[in-house]
Order: sequence, then structure tokens, then C-alpha cells
Amino acid sequence: MIDLNPSRNDQRVLDAVREEALVARRYARYYDENEHEFPPDELPEAKDRPAFMSHLTGRSEHDAGMAVLTTLIAMGQTWGDYSVRMRRNDRGLGNAALQAAGTDEQKRRWGDLVLAMAITEPGCGSDPSLVRTTATRDGDHWVLNGEKIFVTTGCRAEGVVVWATIDRDAGRAGIKSFLVLKGTPGFVVAHKEKKLGIRADDTAAYVFQDCRIPRDHLLGGNEEIPKESSGGFRGVMKTFNMTRPLVAAIGLGMAEAALDFTRDALREAGVDITYGGTLHGQSAAAERFIRLEALFEAARLATLRAAWLGDQGQSNNMEASIAKAKAGAAVREITQGCIEILGPMAVSREHLLEKWFRDVRITDIYEGTGEIQRLIIARTLLGYSRNELR
Amino acid sequence: MISFAMTDEQEAAREAVRGFAADAMRPVARAYDEASAIPDAFFARAWELGLTATQIPEAHGGYGAARSPVTNAIVLEELAHGDAALALAAVTPTLFAYAVADHGTDAQRAAYLPALCGERFQAASLAVNEPAPGFNPLAPRTTASRNGKGFVLSGTKCFVPLADRASRFLVVARHGDRLDAFIVPREAPGLGIAEPEKNLGLKALSTNTLTFDGVRVPEDDRLGGSRGADIARLLNHCRVGVAAVLNGVARAVLDYCVPYAKERVAFGEAIARKQSIAFRLAEMHIEIESMRWMVWKAASELELGADATRSAHLARSYAAEKALWIADNGVQVLGGHGFIREHPVEMWYRNARTLGVLEGIVSV
Repeated sequence: MIDLNPSRNDQRVLDAVREEALVARRYARYYDENEHEFPPDELPEAKDRPAFMSHLTGRSEHDAGMAVLTTLIAMGQTWGDYSVRMRRNDRGLGNAALQAAGTDEQKRRWGDLVLAMAITEPGCGSDPSLVRTTATRDGDHWVLNGEKIFVTTGCRAEGVVVWATIDRDAGRAGIKSFLVLKGTPGFVVAHKEKKLGIRADDTAAYVFQDCRIPRDHLLGGNEEIPKESSGGFRGVMKTFNMTRPLVAAIGLGMAEAALDFTRDALREAGVDITYGGTLHGQSAAAERFIRLEALFEAARLATLRAAWLGDQGQSNNMEASIAKAKAGAAVREITQGCIEILGPMAVSREHLLEKWFRDVRITDIYEGTGEIQRLIIARTLLGYSRNELR
Repeated sequence: MISFAMTDEQEAAREAVRGFAADAMRPVARAYDEASAIPDAFFARAWELGLTATQIPEAHGGYGAARSPVTNAIVLEELAHGDAALALAAVTPTLFAYAVADHGTDAQRAAYLPALCGERFQAASLAVNEPAPGFNPLAPRTTASRNGKGFVLSGTKCFVPLADRASRFLVVARHGDRLDAFIVPREAPGLGIAEPEKNLGLKALSTNTLTFDGVRVPEDDRLGGSRGADIARLLNHCRVGVAAVLNGVARAVLDYCVPYAKERVAFGEAIARKQSIAFRLAEMHIEIESMRWMVWKAASELELGADATRSAHLARSYAAEKALWIADNGVQVLGGHGFIREHPVEMWYRNARTLGVLEGIVSV
């Protein structure tokens, strides 16, 4: 039966998330202004609170599946702050890659570590066939050489999943994922980036110089180069079907915070927002605000749709891209629009709105830009291959 | 509980009307648009779908299925994919029937519903829109004033669908500081039904302006009797309905543009292989999907009896904006052909612009 509101049980979980998000929000400004500091793994206020998992008991088939719930929780958490959380029980993108591509043995060995994901290089972003980092077999080892940039959580992570090519002539088919643990000789965290937003979440640059890792650190263990047409690369890309709705949700949580802040400020200023009428019953500010709310709803529901398909075990390749493309554009427009509605007060660092405006901007860039998402959607829609639509 | 799962009944209903839309609506849509008329044969054929009778209780002559705004939204998207004007024509009697079923007194249900569930097509309609700038459905200029035990209606309504065929109208009017709806037979003294309107879009659908010059309505014919009715809620059903129709129009545009863009060659390749076209089509698809979930959310809130005012407003305004954007870009994808009446896209562009400003034109 179609119902797009959370169950009572789901709402209970989300209420708990909201409470913790409010605490995290108190620290949001500090870690934005002090980019060199890491938020602690646990805020002092977390000590006396029940463990978060205790809210997840007593769930039934009438409650949301895990992908939908995770999406809602991510939205609720980033409503507080993008990267300050009450407790750091989160994992990196590398963990999603391990789950998608690793063997059972590998998942057991490394599943409890915080794993970052290193894909981007100075000369390669959206087009992974340009990856220059190499992995060369040498007996029972792989030897990695190359540079990686824009590694999210790269400083704090305990290990990293690295994309490297085992045969440069093979293009995308030659790319494999390798797990490298921190402390491995030849693996250096070169520096931490200074960013427009999401400053409390570190972004690292790595250098691999004759970095030797054991042969069984190749994720999935398959050393063969698949034929380009066999879709071997698609397995690597599958990670993104799981993470793209999540990335969308992370951006949407901040956009929702911006909307809530703007609604409260308008109300305080005596601007009524009413539904059910037409343009004529509304001030320009209220009308503009409602349009942004509608945009938020559209992106939020597209994201839940992608997650829900995942919970049903249905293919969601296209829908994951729809969620990411829609949310990526929506959060930009929403935060830009909220600032315009509120005027000069909105650009003051006294308030968090200017921070949300900066923080959400990455949503349409990382884990596949909006343009890449549209490419994926258009190919599916038109029945075109990668070569037919570039 | 968050679920996008259609019931088996909803899947079946969608399949049934999808076939009807493709076979009985799309092929005739252009001809009826050009003629600004729909022949009786179409109404007779559409009537066989049981669109009006299905969700009316058996006691009042209907088939007794549960009232389901979600099912209706799904059905409306499919019908409108065939043609929006014909879709509205086919379901116009539900505007009256659902209002009476949902808000009427037992006596009103018994008096008015059986006639709309018979074997032959019967029309009744709803009068909400008014022809003045600044129209707000929550603050109409048409008024109802007390007159002894009854009411007197004064004002003007426009875009009343199938007013040429309707036996009675439900008229929304301001009564003091509240909203009410009144059942008015077409023969009522003081009711003027003007010549058919000539509109930008939905041309096949006949609409008329109604004038109320001191039309007397007995107390018993106020919807809901002495309690009155929740007209805001009735209008929410209409807003979700029009959003679902816009969803169908938008999907029709995209479904037409995709094969066209794959066939049309420029500079040595199909225009669909150029990112400027391909991305536009992708964007259309994103918005068609997103607006559908907004329609479903609002419809499900209505179905659960919740206050859907906000969701219905957001769904309608979003669908209106994006469906128009999609139709507009559909014309652009076809280039000069988008402007020519041999292709349906210019018609969908007119229809999208028209639907986006109408209230109370279709219900779930």
C-alpha cells in the first residue's frame, strides 16, 4: 500500500536522531571555524544518553526497510550538522566499497575499520578510465605508485580502498580496488585540503610510492582483466547505487535545516505562510519559500524512492542517479534561495544558514557530478551505450 | 510506513485504463481538439470503465470499492497520458459524485448518487473557478446569503466542465466567513449558462461560464446539510487530481520526444546523442518521477484521512511548474515540428499551461 510518511516506530527513531542532532549543532560553528581540529569521536553530552541502537528495537514489517531508514537517519543527522555527530559510529565510503566488492573473508577482516575511498587524481575526476595510479604484481605483493586527491575522511580513516590500474592499456577494465592500511610503508598522507564547506570532515591527498601490499588485498580477489564489453567495471560502480541516495540524503538534511531556519525567521517577522490558496493570497517571500519547500519534497521523495527500491531488492541504478541529480541541484537552489529570502541577516556568520549554503555545495559534485548522473539517466532512458552517448 | 508499493488492484486498474488511453483517447485527441467537441460515443465508451460508479457505495448504486485517492491518482495519470481533455471529460461526474459521497448527508447521497451510477452516461459538475484576476479558491467572490431557511447565490463561475451536459452543479461560494458548496439543478431560476468558452487548452472539453443571479437554494441542498462540508478538504482532492493529470501530460511529452530525438538526425548523428538534448530529456524524466511521488504522498494522506493541505498544495504547484517546463522543452526538442499541429506537442504545451491555473477541475 502506498504511504510516504514514516511509521510511528520510524518516527520514534527519527525523534531520537533529531535530539542528538540538536546537540551536535551546538558544535557546528566551532569545527567550521577551526578546520584543523577533528570533532571528538563522542561528544561529552553523549555519555548519559542511551546508545543509539537501543532506538532500533521492536521494529516490524510495518516499519521502513534498512535503506529507507538509513536515508532518513542521515537526513536527520546532517540537519544537525554535516560532520559533527554525537557519536561517531559512521563508516566511510570505503566500507560501502568493501561490502559491495569484497570477499566474505575480506569483509570479516576489515569490516570494523573506518575505510576511506581514493578514486580521484590530479588529472582524473569523472572519467575513471584516466586513472594513472598503477598496481604492479611482484611475487606475493602488489606495488602501488601514484597520487590520489579529494579523499573524504582520508586523515581519520584507518584504511583506504584505492582504485589503481593493473594494465593502463585496458582502460576502465584494468581498474581494480585495493585495500591499503594506514602505516603501510610508501603510503603517505600528503596534506589536508582547505575547503568551502564541510570543513569538520577532513579531505586528504595521498601519495603512494612503491607501496607494497599483500596480494590478497585486491578486493574481490579477481586479478583477471575483464573484456571491456563484459561489464566487469560495472561491479566496481555498483557501490554507488548504495551510496548515491545516501549522499543525496546528507545534502537534503542541511537543506531542510535551511528551510526550517528560514520559516522560523519569516514567522518571527510576521510573514504568514499559508497553503491551499493561490499566488494572490501570499507575499512574494512566502510564495518563494513554498516553491523551495516543494523542491525539497520532490528531491526527498526521489531519494526515498531509490532507497526503497534497494530495500525491495530491485534494481535502482537509474533511480540512485535521479536521487543524486535531483538532490544535488535542489540543495543548491534551496540554500541560495533561503539567503535571498532573508536578506542581509542570512549572510552573517552569527547564523548557520551561510554555513549550510557552503556545506551543501559539494552534494552536486562528489560521488559523481550532476552531469555524470544525467549521463547515466539519459543513457538508460534512451537505451544508449556508453559509446553512443558520451 | 514508507512504501511505494501499489496494491494488486491498483496495478490492475492502471493496466485497464492504460489500454483505454492508448486505444480510445490518444488516436482521437487531435481531432476532438480541432473540433472543440467530444462526440457522445466517447462518453458512452468511457462510461463502461465505471470510473464514477466504482468507488460509490453499493447502497447508492455504485460498485462499492473503497474510496481511494491513491488509486484515482494512478488512474488519472494514465488517462491523461492518453489525453488530458478527454481524461477530464471522462471523470467530470466524479467531481460531483465524490463530493456528495464524501461530504453529503444520507439524504443527499440517496438522492443524487444512484443517477450517476446508472448504465447510461450522466453528467454533473463542480463550479469552483471564477473569471477575475486574484482568484483564490479559498476566498471566492460568489456569495451565499441566508434567505429564510435557505440561501441565495450570487456571482459568476467559469471553466465549469461539461456544463453543457450536466444535470446539476455543485457550486462553491462564500457564506459569511466560511466556505460552502450548494447543489443547484441546471433549470434553477436565476442560473445562466453562457455559450461554450473558447480556451487556450483542453479545447475538446466543453466548459461554460455560469452566472448566479439570486439563485435560491433550499437548506437541504447545502452540501453536508446544516453542518456544511469541509470545502478546503474537497479542494485538496481536486489539487491532487490536477497534479496527477499534469503528471500524465508530462509523461506523454517525454514518451513522444524520446523516439523523435533518436530518429531525428543533425550533423551526422541522432540529436539524442548530443548532451544538450539528452540531458534535457534526462531532466524531464527526473521531474516526471519526482512529481509522481509528490502526488502519491498527498493522495495517501487524503486516503488516510490526514490533513493533506500542505502536501496537496506542494504537489499541485510543483506539478504545474514542472509539467509546463517539460511541455515547453518538448516543443523545443521538436524544433519547428513542435510548433506544427501535426504533432501533439503544441497541444500538450497549451494543455499544461491551462491545467496549471485551474482549480476544482478534477478530483481524486
